[in-house]
Amino acid sequence: MSPTLHSGRPAVCAHDLAAGYGDRPVWSGATFDIERGSFVAVLGPNGSGKSTLLRQLLGLLTPLAGRLEVLGEPPRRGNPSIGYVPQARTLDPQIAFRGIDLVRLGLDGHRFGFRAPWQPRARQDQALRQAVEAVGAASYANRKLGAMSGGERQRLLLAQALVGEPELLLLDEPLASLDVANQAAMVELISTVAAERRLTVLLVAHDLNPLRTVIDLVCYVANGRIAFGPPDQVVTSAVLSDLYGAPVEVLVDSRGRRFVVGIEEETAHPHQPSPGTRP
Amino acid sequence: MTAAAGGATFSWNLWSDLSQMLSYQFMRNAFLSAAIVSVVAGVVGYFVVLRRTAFAAHALSHVGFAGAAGAVVLGINPVWGLLAFCLGGALVMGSLGQHLRDRDTVIGIVLAFMLGLGVLFISLYNGFSTEAYSILFGEILGISPSDLVVTAAVGAVAVVSMAAMYRPLLFASVDEEVAVARRVPARLLSIAFLLTLALAVAVAVQVVGVLLIFALLVTPAAVAERLTVRPGSAMAVAVGLALACSWLGLAIGYYFAYPVSFFITSLAFLAYALARLATGQGIGGRRRRLTVES
Repeated sequence: MSPTLHSGRPAVCAHDLAAGYGDRPVWSGATFDIERGSFVAVLGPNGSGKSTLLRQLLGLLTPLAGRLEVLGEPPRRGNPSIGYVPQARTLDPQIAFRGIDLVRLGLDGHRFGFRAPWQPRARQDQALRQAVEAVGAASYANRKLGAMSGGERQRLLLAQALVGEPELLLLDEPLASLDVANQAAMVELISTVAAERRLTVLLVAHDLNPLRTVIDLVCYVANGRIAFGPPDQVVTSAVLSDLYGAPVEVLVDSRGRRFVVGIEEETAHPHQPSPGTRP
Repeated sequence: MTAAAGGATFSWNLWSDLSQMLSYQFMRNAFLSAAIVSVVAGVVGYFVVLRRTAFAAHALSHVGFAGAAGAVVLGINPVWGLLAFCLGGALVMGSLGQHLRDRDTVIGIVLAFMLGLGVLFISLYNGFSTEAYSILFGEILGISPSDLVVTAAVGAVAVVSMAAMYRPLLFASVDEEVAVARRVPARLLSIAFLLTLALAVAVAVQVVGVLLIFALLVTPAAVAERLTVRPGSAMAVAVGLALACSWLGLAIGYYFAYPVSFFITSLAFLAYALARLATGQGIGGRRRRLTVES
């Protein structure tokens, strides 16, 4: 896959996009382009519609209004060029299943029938090995998922998303439930893999700071709207105050870390919780 | 319910024992139907354990009880009542959806109602206690050649449908969100799986009965889950174990005047207890980190 092949069109094109369930909008009026190879942090309070954006890109949710293009075409469910890692808590941690088998599902789990023992497996095994090695999980991929730490499971989920060689990677809160050291390692890993494979990454997170050294852009979802741009232009007192419609202050410390303060609970939860989030 | 009526005595010449056993048509039918049921129960049981749908399997067998009892009242072969009610029950359960919060409650309510309906049907039929007993606890020694044909046909449909949906069902069972994003029809597969489970239940009820169905449908798969984590091997172990329990149970039941179902369920329980001890997890539920090499 040469980088010039898809240098023309952006990875994601949104124009006046609105999202919601039924006729209840979650957010609207989003216009942005994400260039290929960008690393985007999708930030915002709980229930603001960050996962809703991913669901639209995956073709699981039709836009309420506006135009959306993913990798030069309308979003479609099952697009093999998209790798997706949902929130980790959706996976039963006690399940009697090996990591490597989880990764394998990313390769052929969507196909009907079964892979008979006599079918050639060299190419599949090689793809599996590459994906597992890319996330540094070779030493424990044969273990049961239940016998792994949260960080190890997260790496295997990433390997599953990578095994189909996608161009766009959608990661829903991959840093949640990881300790600070594991968060840093995970961010480092994602950014390395993305650079090697020239991937476009959208990563949903709560906190900008673990990501700030690797990301190019921020997509800030709050109060029914989306602000988009480089982090130092979006995560500012002025932009966030405008977004929330209430005074919000962004403090920058000596190491460049940004802290958002002054968000009231009502503005943080501007709408009904989306399915899957607890009230 | 027991084969010992013929006055069979065990000798240490296993070959002559076996040929004596197999000289009876009812024993041949029993061994064959146990084999078919073991294959179906092992394969379907793996997914019952993986998907945590043991309760649905339990409920389906009770729905089947009402169907079988109703068929007896109408004077038709109970297996048709079993099949019809199990499949109907599976469709209803499937339409309830996987994530409905009160799904288990609804299943439990329907289960109780079906059991009550079964009791009514049994009381409407005069020969009540033997029929009820054989539906509830199985009557493997009473399987007729025509039952065997039905069991083989239903079993074949169940195995073929499991083979056809194997990979996407595995995907949807383990990692539903990603599976749905990859265009796996998880909802449809859930219903298809319940229908296949209904077929498995319908054939397994003939061997161990409504109340003891877990011995073949859940226990072997639960043992297999402890011994291996590879899906293919786990299914093979489950099938082998179900086969060992049911055949050995049959053979023991041939010599002792106690119900075959008792021997099958006891062997299955023994296997589970041994597997628990062998994998370093006793009764208390301590969990040891387990490394499985590829």
